[in-house]
Amino acid sequence: LCPTAPTDSGCPPPLAPQAMLRSSQPLTGPNRKRCREDEVLLGTVLDEGERGFIIDTRSAQAAKQARMTGGGTEPKSSYPQWRRLHRPLERGRQLQESFIKLVDACNDTTINMDRWLNRLESCRWLSHVKAALSTACLAAQCMDREEANVLVHGAEGTDTTLLVTALAQVILDPSCRTLAGFQGLLEREWIEAGHPFHLRCAHSAYSHARLKQEAPLFLLFLDCVWQLSRQFPFSLEFSERLLLTLFDNAYASAYGTFLCNNEKERCLCKVKENTHSLWAWLNQPGERQKYLNPLYSPNALVIWPSVEPQSIQLWQGLFFRWIRSSQYLDEAWAEIQWLVEGSEPPKDSAGNRLSRSLSDPTARPENAR
Amino acid sequence: MGTLYLTATHVIFVENGSETRKETWVLHSQISSIEKQATTATGCPLLIRCKNFQVIQLVIPQERDCHDVYISLIRLARPVKYEELYCFSFNPKLDKEEREQGWKLVDLNEEYNRMGIPNSYWQISDVNRDYGVCDSYPTEVYVPKSATAHIIVGSSKFRSRRRFPALSYYCKNNNASICRSSQPLSGFSARCLEDEQMLQAIRKANPGSDFIYVVDTRPKLNAMANRAAGKGYENEDNYSNIKFQFIGIENIHVMRNSLQKMLEVCELKSPSMSDFLWGLENSGWLKHIKAIMDAGIFIAKAVAEEGVSVLVHCSDGWDRTAQVCSVASLLLDPYYRTMKGFMVLIEKDWVSFGHKFNHRYGNLDGDPKEISPVIDQFIECVWQLMEQFPCAFEFNERFLIHIQHHIYSCQFGNFLCNSQKERRELKIQERTYSLWAHLWKNRADYMNPLYRSDHSQTQGTLRSRMAPCNFLYKFWSGMYNRFEKGLHPRQSVTDYLMAVKEETQQLEEELEVLGERLANLQKSQLNDNKDKSKQQERSKQLGLSTSNNSLANTPQEYSNDLKSFPSRSPSQGDEEDSALILTQDNLKSSDPDLSANSDQESGVEDLSCRSPSGGGCLPSEDSGKDSDEAIFLAV
Repeated sequence: LCPTAPTDSGCPPPLAPQAMLRSSQPLTGPNRKRCREDEVLLGTVLDEGERGFIIDTRSAQAAKQARMTGGGTEPKSSYPQWRRLHRPLERGRQLQESFIKLVDACNDTTINMDRWLNRLESCRWLSHVKAALSTACLAAQCMDREEANVLVHGAEGTDTTLLVTALAQVILDPSCRTLAGFQGLLEREWIEAGHPFHLRCAHSAYSHARLKQEAPLFLLFLDCVWQLSRQFPFSLEFSERLLLTLFDNAYASAYGTFLCNNEKERCLCKVKENTHSLWAWLNQPGERQKYLNPLYSPNALVIWPSVEPQSIQLWQGLFFRWIRSSQYLDEAWAEIQWLVEGSEPPKDSAGNRLSRSLSDPTARPENAR
Repeated sequence: MGTLYLTATHVIFVENGSETRKETWVLHSQISSIEKQATTATGCPLLIRCKNFQVIQLVIPQERDCHDVYISLIRLARPVKYEELYCFSFNPKLDKEEREQGWKLVDLNEEYNRMGIPNSYWQISDVNRDYGVCDSYPTEVYVPKSATAHIIVGSSKFRSRRRFPALSYYCKNNNASICRSSQPLSGFSARCLEDEQMLQAIRKANPGSDFIYVVDTRPKLNAMANRAAGKGYENEDNYSNIKFQFIGIENIHVMRNSLQKMLEVCELKSPSMSDFLWGLENSGWLKHIKAIMDAGIFIAKAVAEEGVSVLVHCSDGWDRTAQVCSVASLLLDPYYRTMKGFMVLIEKDWVSFGHKFNHRYGNLDGDPKEISPVIDQFIECVWQLMEQFPCAFEFNERFLIHIQHHIYSCQFGNFLCNSQKERRELKIQERTYSLWAHLWKNRADYMNPLYRSDHSQTQGTLRSRMAPCNFLYKFWSGMYNRFEKGLHPRQSVTDYLMAVKEETQQLEEELEVLGERLANLQKSQLNDNKDKSKQQERSKQLGLSTSNNSLANTPQEYSNDLKSFPSRSPSQGDEEDSALILTQDNLKSSDPDLSANSDQESGVEDLSCRSPSGGGCLPSEDSGKDSDEAIFLAV
């Protein structure tokens, strides 16, 4: 099979006939090779007169340079109906450095208020969040507003590509915002699609060993989802707690879900036979409710986040998790839960009294006041 | 496209929409600055910046008309007499008694009684009954029992603006107190026996401690520089048993510039994350907020944990002192975190103690160097605390935003003039209405659904940390980007939860009724099944389906390729929950036939002769706005 075969990706909302595809870079190389099968494949995606957008997560310059090592971009002449857009997203070493710097800054108790924002800015983590969200929104916009098909790729198709396609689906597709749908999204767009978890989530931010392949793409994805949950507090069925749990398990887990780097390796290691699935545990009735958002109300529409700097906040729940107490915020969430679900009220409610008296017909109901 | 109207009190822009008539009303009092921008192909743009952070751009096709509007607005936005202000014409159709009752809603005597005063340590003094001692203080001040009139008068002569030490907050649990004053006129070596006795009296009013803190909220350098001018700060050698402390909060000029810089950041078009963070850091705004908060925390700790009284001052004791005392009170006493208590707090530490509202917020045209966002900073401190302690306040963010709005709007008389004396001279209470009554009437809009008076967060002192918690301070986009709808969540969690709460309450009440009925039925031995089905209905009904998923929002511009356009999504035309609606409704109901009031529209007269429509004095302008651009500038 042609090594550059794109794989069909997300299921956009049922009304839209557009498709979002992801792949890795075309192996154009310095000699401007062509691949008939690839061109036909991409050609069949588009109908007569339809357009497509290729979102390349490398800068135009980086993409050009990739030709020197055998990679490259889709030449316009061979793919006439596709328009290419470059949206460089940070990955690899740079992203890991950004992560490490941020964690450093958060742990630094000596910083003055004078310097805090500068420090935050120099990590550039929030810039990466903004860029990732913007690109995902762009992909979503192409599909939803321009009614075009979209192909996303970077270099390998295993990092920023997945970030964009997965995030775009959360934005576009309400079913991806349910707990079950989100799990399915992760399975499809991250695990099966071959994000190399083993390499990327090796040591996290405190380790001195700066591994070459380590990069927090998955965390960046979770951060973007958290931003969405903040901007659309009613639209995600799951809570921040799920995102934190996923973050934990990507790095170190009692379950086999995030093991290895791709499906092939998982087969070889017989992961499915020898380990338990994280989803199986999370979906148990007792566990599941801990990860639900009490404010959730199914929202059939597309959720368009604001990517202005004011709208993007530092994910305190993650980066200050061990530094400051979450007591007051947890209490607030407990209040919200209680208000919405009427569970565990602090005082004896009329409902409780009524149900008690109903279950024991002989008992005299207390006075209403 | 639309029509621009200038009235005596408002600028009104009415859009030529086919279906909905969209109106934008701006009070002249809210206008902070007007800028004529470079003429473009579509016309002459006029940029109006408001004190409530609304920014409006009008594009007027003819340069001459634009200039006229500009001149008129300049004049209208800078009134010279109090009578020009909106509060004197505002008519909410209440009778005289209702107006009076409105003013009585907040009673400071009641407040001091609530604190436990007068008692064996503190008393009310009428030494200032005719403002004879200090004209910026109220007629009723609370002082230690052992402070005689002689001591008070003597001390006042040794204090800047004669603002002698007086009580702001008394903690009855341990007798510690917060007192406030201005700087002593100590120069390098001057002393005053009565002033020293005054501080001793404060110390003696707290038998639980043998010293008091004296907190100077200025940076040390500034305070020292003041000595050269014959003022300065308390020398620990001269005042027995004081521990002196500087807590450096910058002065009003620094704060004014800081806000200015931050607003410039807000006006950047499509800033990058770096631009934004750099700009925010460069303004220093959050650093100042934190400084005020830290000072409040220090004082609250001294009172609550150490049981030591504190005397706070700055230079004149009406800016930083007010900020810091009110933050400290808020941390200490849960009453001030209720809606009523908060109104009382502002009335006490800001209004009665002579904060210079007129000078600081420009009710009347005055010295631009006096303008400074002092109370804005205090209000922001409250918001920052609300974010840290979501269950601790009875009121919500909207309450704070509306209060800030009305401090500048001059629609109500609470925040006029510079002192109680001036307000009484102008007979404010007989001629205007109280904001507190208005807010109280609408209090359902201002409630925090997460507040429960028996919640642990609402009890006792709020323990906020000073360090390390830089990250706890967030940019308040709800205030500074208030009018940019694209930036805010489409539906308010607060409103949703309040609706839930209300519905639950209603259902609970219904259940009570049913419970009683059940008791009666059980007595007559009816079967259970009928009643069980009612309970099931209840749980079904609680699966609320408020329309929280029908709010389609539009994407902003994520790409420069698809369209080159400002990065804010256009205004959707939904209800702006701002006080614009408050003013609009009220003005409408009382709007006299404007054609009869030509003399009130000073400065607008020249335009009326050019008015195309013959009747009336309302000049109408065709503001040739680009149909794509929303009235709220894409900033």
